[in-house]
Amino acid sequence: MSLITLRNVGYQVDQTSILTDINLAVDAREWVTIAGPSGSGKSTLVRIVASLLSKTSGELIFDGQPIESYDPIIYRRRVSYSFQQPTLFGNTVRDNLAFPYEIRQLAFDEQRAVTGLEYVGLTESDLHKAVNDLSGGQRQRVALLRNVMIYPEVLILDEVTAGLDAENKAFVWSMIQHFNQDDGLTIIAITHDQEEIDAAKRLITIENGRLVGGNV
Amino acid sequence: MNLAVNNQSLVFALGLVMIALAIGWHEKLSIDRDMIIGVIRAVIQLFVVGYLLKYVFRLNSGWLTAVLILIIIFNAGYNAKQRSDGIPRALPISIGAILISTGVTLGVLMLAGAIKFIPAQMIPISGMIASNSMVAIGLCYRNLNAQFKQERQAVLEKLALGADLKDASREIVRDSIKTGMQPTIDSAKTVGIVSLPGMMSGLIFAGVDPVRAIKYQIMVTFMLMSATSIGSVLACYWAYRGFYNERKQLTI
Repeated sequence: MSLITLRNVGYQVDQTSILTDINLAVDAREWVTIAGPSGSGKSTLVRIVASLLSKTSGELIFDGQPIESYDPIIYRRRVSYSFQQPTLFGNTVRDNLAFPYEIRQLAFDEQRAVTGLEYVGLTESDLHKAVNDLSGGQRQRVALLRNVMIYPEVLILDEVTAGLDAENKAFVWSMIQHFNQDDGLTIIAITHDQEEIDAAKRLITIENGRLVGGNV
Repeated sequence: MNLAVNNQSLVFALGLVMIALAIGWHEKLSIDRDMIIGVIRAVIQLFVVGYLLKYVFRLNSGWLTAVLILIIIFNAGYNAKQRSDGIPRALPISIGAILISTGVTLGVLMLAGAIKFIPAQMIPISGMIASNSMVAIGLCYRNLNAQFKQERQAVLEKLALGADLKDASREIVRDSIKTGMQPTIDSAKTVGIVSLPGMMSGLIFAGVDPVRAIKYQIMVTFMLMSATSIGSVLACYWAYRGFYNERKQLTI
């Protein structure tokens, strides 16, 4: 049984169809890459899967249950979404890495945060670094780390490597590989990057709100 | 009493409005119509209220006093709602927040023996409390709307990480409460050194010893702090949920 199943999912705003008849099944631990031109509905699709938007037609089944049967907050802790140009909260890196614990009313696991920071090429002292002093690539790494401080089951990535230099792109790419291969996270990643498209394990393409190609 | 405002001096004072009108006209501010309507409304409303209060004070009925206070609260709530710019349920939220902030503040003042339940005290004090609460709530609404637009991305990211609505909105709600209370705090800081505020000026104007007048002003400062803080907290906490739908998604 697939972890996520979309059946004839559609999304309309004021009579305008943004997505039409999307059928897609994603298995646990799978890595699906979504490509397609700007404005084709990719972000809308993944935001629906992340429960940040509600589909206007069709069915979305997660772990055997319709999405509507889950409390959206609990659901989003299992299906986490990472943005293209992330906003970091508060003042320091720590404020960001502690956020997932605060919202679950759990004690902050500082050791895990330090291990995570070292893994993404930062240091223990960066925990108290002001977010404004981070470079673009560092911001993206901290934001991704924030998504996985407490592991979700699904990690949705909305062009997280866009705008990064080659070095940072490679770094973020290796982070995602680690999450998928070593930690078993299901990955759904939107990308415009040709290298990432070429390397995709399973590629699907969206045009004008419809799945038009790839391994659907 | 050494007041000398009569109808004739009021007519001469109208010259002051002419100055404002002339500035508006000269600077092409397009506010002359608003100003004229404002002046006419103020004169009519105040005359009506003057005669009404005279009648109510003479009648000295508890019920009538309570009804008038409720009317003041409803009007204040309705006006605050006008500034909500589409926030859902803004009317009941505004009325509820003003009702509670006014009720609690009046209750404490009455328990402390500072005021008595007589129309001549209850009605003006209720008006002062409700109007300050109304302004504070209006500012809260404006800030909530502006901040939810400005911080949309951050709120979305918090939701995407699994934050509940309270956690996702906390900074915005705090900032809005602060915005609602700020004018009262600012005026408390400068009271006496920048302005001699309404009640105190009125009493001094009417010949009351300034040392007695300041005691009333201290009471007013305290009660407005309480009213604006209670009003802002309630309105912000009740209103922020209106920015989300039933699936806990941001709708702005």
